[in-house]
Amino acid sequence: MKKLILVILTALPMVVMAQEKVNKNTKLSFKVTGNCEMCKKRIEKATFSVKGVKMANWDIPSNIISIIHDPSKAPVEIIQKAIARVGHDTPLKKADDAVYDKLPMCCLYDRNKM
Amino acid sequence: MKHTLILIFSLICFLNIAQETLEGTILTKKGDQDIPLTGASIFWLGTKVGTTSGQNGQFNLVFQKSINQLVISFIGFKSDTIEIKNKNRITHFLTTSDSQNLDEVTLTQRRKAIQKSYLEAQNIISVNSAELLKAACCNLSESFETNPSIDVNFSDALTGTKQIKMLGLTSPYLLITEENIPMVRGASQAFGLTFTPGTWIESIQITKGSGSVINGFESIAGQINTEIKKPFSDVPLFINLFNSANGRQELNLQGNKKWNDKLSTSLFLHGNQRTQSMDQNGDNFLDVPVSNQVNFLNRWQYTDPENGWVGFGSIRWMNDEKQLGTVGYIPNTDRNSNSIWGSEVKTERLDFSLKLGYVFPEIPYQTFGFQSAYSSHIQEAYYGTRIYEIEHESFYGNLLFNSIISNTKNKFKAGLNITFDHYFEIVDRFYFDRTDRSFGGFFEYSYDNLDNFSLVSGVRVDIHNNLGTFLTPRLHVRYLPDPKTILRASIGSGKKAANIFAENQTLFGTNRVISIVENGGSIYGLNPEKAWNYGISIRQLFNIGITNGDITADYYITNFINQVVVDWEQNHQITFYNLEGPSRANSFQLSVDYFINEALSFRFAYKNYDVKTNYNSGFLQRPLQPQNRFFANLGWETKRNEKKAQWRWDLTYHGIGAQRLVETSRDVKGSYSESYGIWNSQITRAFQTNFEIYAGMENFGNYRQINPIIGVENPFGADFDSSQVYAPIFGRMIYAGLRWNL
Repeated sequence: MKKLILVILTALPMVVMAQEKVNKNTKLSFKVTGNCEMCKKRIEKATFSVKGVKMANWDIPSNIISIIHDPSKAPVEIIQKAIARVGHDTPLKKADDAVYDKLPMCCLYDRNKM
Repeated sequence: MKHTLILIFSLICFLNIAQETLEGTILTKKGDQDIPLTGASIFWLGTKVGTTSGQNGQFNLVFQKSINQLVISFIGFKSDTIEIKNKNRITHFLTTSDSQNLDEVTLTQRRKAIQKSYLEAQNIISVNSAELLKAACCNLSESFETNPSIDVNFSDALTGTKQIKMLGLTSPYLLITEENIPMVRGASQAFGLTFTPGTWIESIQITKGSGSVINGFESIAGQINTEIKKPFSDVPLFINLFNSANGRQELNLQGNKKWNDKLSTSLFLHGNQRTQSMDQNGDNFLDVPVSNQVNFLNRWQYTDPENGWVGFGSIRWMNDEKQLGTVGYIPNTDRNSNSIWGSEVKTERLDFSLKLGYVFPEIPYQTFGFQSAYSSHIQEAYYGTRIYEIEHESFYGNLLFNSIISNTKNKFKAGLNITFDHYFEIVDRFYFDRTDRSFGGFFEYSYDNLDNFSLVSGVRVDIHNNLGTFLTPRLHVRYLPDPKTILRASIGSGKKAANIFAENQTLFGTNRVISIVENGGSIYGLNPEKAWNYGISIRQLFNIGITNGDITADYYITNFINQVVVDWEQNHQITFYNLEGPSRANSFQLSVDYFINEALSFRFAYKNYDVKTNYNSGFLQRPLQPQNRFFANLGWETKRNEKKAQWRWDLTYHGIGAQRLVETSRDVKGSYSESYGIWNSQITRAFQTNFEIYAGMENFGNYRQINPIIGVENPFGADFDSSQVYAPIFGRMIYAGLRWNL
């Protein structure tokens, strides 16, 4: 199980790197901490709230979100900010403690995991 | 791998194959108690396809054919990797990580053979091959016996063909497709469902209400789509033998060859025959025809996930011959005689289809597809001195583009369709020749808020040489006020040309005089049929302890704007005319599905039909349409032991209320048939996962209609009528068979 996550994690940067050429349908993946189905809905909704995000799928076991976006309209920082705003930590932007504390019990992920 | 999966997944979506899911429950033992685990993660080994268990430990996950290892993990518990061989429901117990006692890990599997939709906006019921095995036999028309949404009727006393009805309307008002290509229509309306052998079927999707606009404008009461087993995932060799006490034998041979990782092919061969003459009721007429059928299908599948291509090609040939009528009738000598009544129906059908799909590799939500099909259907038949022959040649083409509007919450499908149908018919001494051509465009938008609301809204425009130029709008909405309550509503219209003879072929088993009240329309002098369908449905999931079930209630209204009324009301006559005044079919269904425990499941349904049409003689309930129907099914199956051996048993009850009878020399005007019940049962012994034998009994209460054929003493006289059948003709029937996968 841990091994598997490791494999996925190591494989992902390659996927991201392969997409460096700016195009309107750029693939992007990063880690978003969270636990459950409710987190999934919240994270994906927040991601879609950014204009220019075309596809978003957050995977619960690996905590990895896979996105297709237009980087000129929806830069990575803006997407991560939007996710952090609803209470989930991302590599570039941490959620405010106040927002995190208001999440339902089941969504209170381990904040040291990032 | 991830890439490949996304591609395969989107290809599947694109081909409109309803997603198949694996359901299950994750629990843990605490003393003697079973505690459901919420938040356990479940995913397919080596993929990112996964989910977490929700309330009560339940989960629902897209089934992956290519991967059979499922990883279940939860913080504080030991992770387990279990093998999943099929879509059977699983219940899995996790043990805490400090406990070293691995013996506590148990795995049980449970079939959930009928699935009502949870995620789709449309009211779709999926039937998988496990459910299909519950029916006695043997072809598509018999596959619905354990499904409460579809009613199986006995259409006539001669051919013994089972007609299906949905929402109180007969199959011409349904769009019946095979892999989304219209299939049972036109000339094949009477017997078409018997031309698809049951063992070829992978799954069936039944949509109640008007359905999607993509496959055409013809569906009014619903859509039935059949998926045939795919060469890519089929077993190398499958053998099925069947024998029944009413003299029917069947043989199915299916082989599969995977040429390489991209190309595979399947060969299906089916033969059935009934050589024995059966006359249980002693009316000197065969209860079921003497018949034989040879059916051949060759499919090819090409899948190239790296480049995003998938293709299907198939060729199919079928020959079916039936002899019916007097026991001992010999066609060569007795044909055209005025003393011995006999009949022969011969059908030969040829089908080709080709499908291509492409997924844009960079943007998996965008796909492009092409479907085309050609068929030729030739039926030669005579019934006593009456003749009915039909030749139907058909071409269907469909171009489809799938993409998104700004993001994947908003998807659309757009495309073009072209159809061509040529009919040539000989009805007694009259000839009918007609060509239908249509060209249409459609657009369907779907929205999903990823939470509790989704809708599918579509419209199509068609230009048709006989139906005119018209719009067909459809709308389906789904809303979940809470995660266990699903509300749905739909509205839509449909339009079709009524092929009056092909759809009412039972009339040739009578000596009724045919009259058509022409009004200048382009189809037999009649105008096309048009109707609106409205429906609402509520589904409530419930749990009692760790068992679960659901209650569904739905109500559908079909209002005909125009209809070709088939009027049997006058004795010795059948009249076709366009509707004047109202015609409606209202149907209510209440059904309960309950999984009592790991082994036992129960299903119950009550249906009420109010199907009334304005005939020349008044506003009347459709003849031979029961107002009330009951259905109950009890299923039991043992756990598979170490050798994967298992027992399965089923008991099904159909309760059929009184049916209005038309005036004939047997039945007086305004009379009703008595209500009755039919019991069926089947037992299966699986010795391994790949070898099973089964036996069953149909109609073991032995209820039958004593005098199904009216005027049987003089089949050339005016009273002769074999169409007024309201109950089984054949009594108790025993059958047995075996299934063997290699």
